[in-house]
Amino acid sequence: MIVQTVAFYLFAAVTVASGVMVISARNPVHSVLFLILAFFNAAGLFVLMGAEFIAMVLVIVYVGAVAVLFLFVVMMLDINFVELRQGFLQYLPIGALIGIVLMAELVLVFAGWAFAPEETVTLASPTPSAAEVTNTHALGKILYTDYIYAFQAAGVILLIAMIGAIVLTLRAREGVRKQRIGDQLRRGRADAVELKKVEPGSGV
Amino acid sequence: MVGLAHFLTVAAILFTLGIFGIFLNRKNVIVILMSIELILLSVNINLVAFSVHHGDLVGQVFALLVLAIAAAEAAIGLAIIVVYFRNRGSIAVEDINLMRG
Repeated sequence: MIVQTVAFYLFAAVTVASGVMVISARNPVHSVLFLILAFFNAAGLFVLMGAEFIAMVLVIVYVGAVAVLFLFVVMMLDINFVELRQGFLQYLPIGALIGIVLMAELVLVFAGWAFAPEETVTLASPTPSAAEVTNTHALGKILYTDYIYAFQAAGVILLIAMIGAIVLTLRAREGVRKQRIGDQLRRGRADAVELKKVEPGSGV
Repeated sequence: MVGLAHFLTVAAILFTLGIFGIFLNRKNVIVILMSIELILLSVNINLVAFSVHHGDLVGQVFALLVLAIAAAEAAIGLAIIVVYFRNRGSIAVEDINLMRG
């Protein structure tokens, strides 16, 4: 139990500290790297809670895909980040004010809140005991049966996002010669060969 | 003993940091997108914490869907940034008034 507590405080402290670094780092590349650190430690928190599948998906999807996408874009665009940081402190007071108000509201909500006594009766799909079924197995059992439509909708949304990203960033460059197979196949004898009657003693 | 309240506190701090980051980096769209990712992460922590506390798996299914939407949103957002940079040569938020909204 003491190990769990120590691990929780370690993961939580590193997550929050890297969250602070994400929003305050001078160089966006460092921001992305701290974002990756935050995701790793959040995955640690999920493992502590007993949600192993979500933790592993977080590492694969966020660290493996999203953060690397951010890294690509930050490094691909030639942006003057020093210029973008001008006026950084200008918005600090209003941001701090809104942050403090929001934090106070969240504290009020969490402090003055309790479960209704009959909460155990209304479970949609109770978690089976961890000794019988693993977390991944149990999640798959309800994800592919009760929540199949939501799951399919998520897949469709990802497909749309993929098509949208490709359509947005695809561009036809001028002056680049490419092989056009359709044109090649459509080309017949009539387009390519011409018979000329050449008089003797004169050129074509 | 680590309970529900501990995880909710971490999530609340992360959420506030995300909102704060949006205000702090008002010129840099990339860091704003990263702040949104932090906010979504805090929401996921909340969902999974409640799911585990109640013993109800639906929260984790929902966290999975939020994760998928977050990935789609990041991809589209970054694609828009790339196109915008190609057209304007800058990603400053203040210049984004092409649609005159």
